[in-house]
Amino acid sequence: MLEALQYEFMRNALAAAVLASVICGIMGTIVVSKKLVSMAGGVAHAAYGGIGMALYLGFSPQLGAIGFALASSLFMAWTTLRMASRADTVISIIWAVGMATGVIFSDLTPGYGADLMSYLFGSILMVAKEDILYMAILSLALCAFVPLFYGHLLAYSYDEDYARTRGVPVDVLHFTVIVLVSFSVVLTIRIVGLILVIALLSIPPYIAEKFCRSLAGMMATSFLLSMFFSVSGLAAAYTFDLTSGAAIIIIAAIGYLAAEVYLKFRKKPKGA
Amino acid sequence: MTGPQDIYFEDVWFSYNGTFVLRQASFSVPTKEFLVIIGPNGGGKTTLLKLMLGLCSPQRGKIILFGEYTPREASHLLGYVPQNTNINLDFPVRVIDVVLMGRLRGLKFLYTKEDRRAAEEALEIMGMDKYANAKMRELSQGQRQRVLIARALVSQPRILLLDEPTASVDVEAQRILYDRLRELNEKITIVLVSHDMTVISSYATAVACINGTVYYHGSKEITSEMLQMAYGSCPVELVAHGIPHRVLAKHDGDRDA
Repeated sequence: MLEALQYEFMRNALAAAVLASVICGIMGTIVVSKKLVSMAGGVAHAAYGGIGMALYLGFSPQLGAIGFALASSLFMAWTTLRMASRADTVISIIWAVGMATGVIFSDLTPGYGADLMSYLFGSILMVAKEDILYMAILSLALCAFVPLFYGHLLAYSYDEDYARTRGVPVDVLHFTVIVLVSFSVVLTIRIVGLILVIALLSIPPYIAEKFCRSLAGMMATSFLLSMFFSVSGLAAAYTFDLTSGAAIIIIAAIGYLAAEVYLKFRKKPKGA
Repeated sequence: MTGPQDIYFEDVWFSYNGTFVLRQASFSVPTKEFLVIIGPNGGGKTTLLKLMLGLCSPQRGKIILFGEYTPREASHLLGYVPQNTNINLDFPVRVIDVVLMGRLRGLKFLYTKEDRRAAEEALEIMGMDKYANAKMRELSQGQRQRVLIARALVSQPRILLLDEPTASVDVEAQRILYDRLRELNEKITIVLVSHDMTVISSYATAVACINGTVYYHGSKEITSEMLQMAYGSCPVELVAHGIPHRVLAKHDGDRDA
């Protein structure tokens, strides 16, 4: 197993897995506790439209993805603030339109659909140096942003109206979170693909939520779970020659089931 | 209009998407009032609270707090206890961290020792200090409500505003809650949205009925006659589901007991 590390692509993949876990641990926790999971899904699928357009017009797919992700997420953020009750419908529409745009562009692009496929299911084994750099920058930014505004983030996630009465700039925070979610989604697409990105953002925090006493604890636990899932997924992919993204998610899903079973048969605490 | 006025509404109008839920609301709440806001569902009770808190802005008219501030400017003097049922129970958060939210101010970064001490004191006032490190999910409804009140008290507000604090709280816990509020009322003004008629007959010093506009019954004595007058001027039977007299009679009995 360890001999795999002599390959540079394996070392890159491992670095990408660790960084993706930092990103998913922190942002996934906010996304899950603030109930933005479907929005993150919308962003991921809208990004597909940008990737398709970039491949057709011949510029960087990362750039196309982030452009579409930002535009769609800001629109969704604006909608959720304006008419929260219609947010799920608007998100579904953006979700579908993003996919359709991507598919149309791939139809128009002469030759192959292989590149687009790699964005659907991820290609951690082909992760580029620059992707690792971008992920490192985002991880650092998150590690600075979260402790500094922890109290505000907690109040914003827990009880938005109350946070407003304390003078917390909830709208600014909301847009900041949305922008960070867009970057996180676009960078994680490289690892597990956009179809599965939502799972990596939501499964580890959802497991962690059941065991943790604080948002910070949930972030740390999600990070550890995320790393465990992606590294063991990677090992499984290497050993059994599987698609890495799918292997990571299946292992995460098994972890989730195990947590549920454990909670079910554990001695029940009073009042729970 | 004698004595200091904590809350002053002058010809306030408010609408959601063009439908006015509040028209021509004019009233004032003196210091240390125990004001109970009642009215039918969707009648604008929560909206009135949000206007006082500066969470909503009126389309017309003005709201002045403590004689000189807009609600936004006075937000540090207000303690808000939102409806408990809106809160995500799965959220991983300890009691002490919830109370500390009450010490947030604008862009202040970190909590100080003083913030922590204030939080512990507020928990003690509400009899919840033993639970400081418990998870919110592990508490009963009534206990959770007391934590939310502690959070509102931790900034030492001059007005405490509560939105249906007794919704889904059992009777014994309700009594504890109301007794605490009465004690607090010796020092600060209390504004409480409620469906519960007990609180009117035994605790309130004023009642505001809302249904399109505000009927303010700011009297020291809220007698049965007063209440009946109140029912005459606004359709409170909607609140009491058509049995206002029975509700009143029952609680008169409670008071004697």
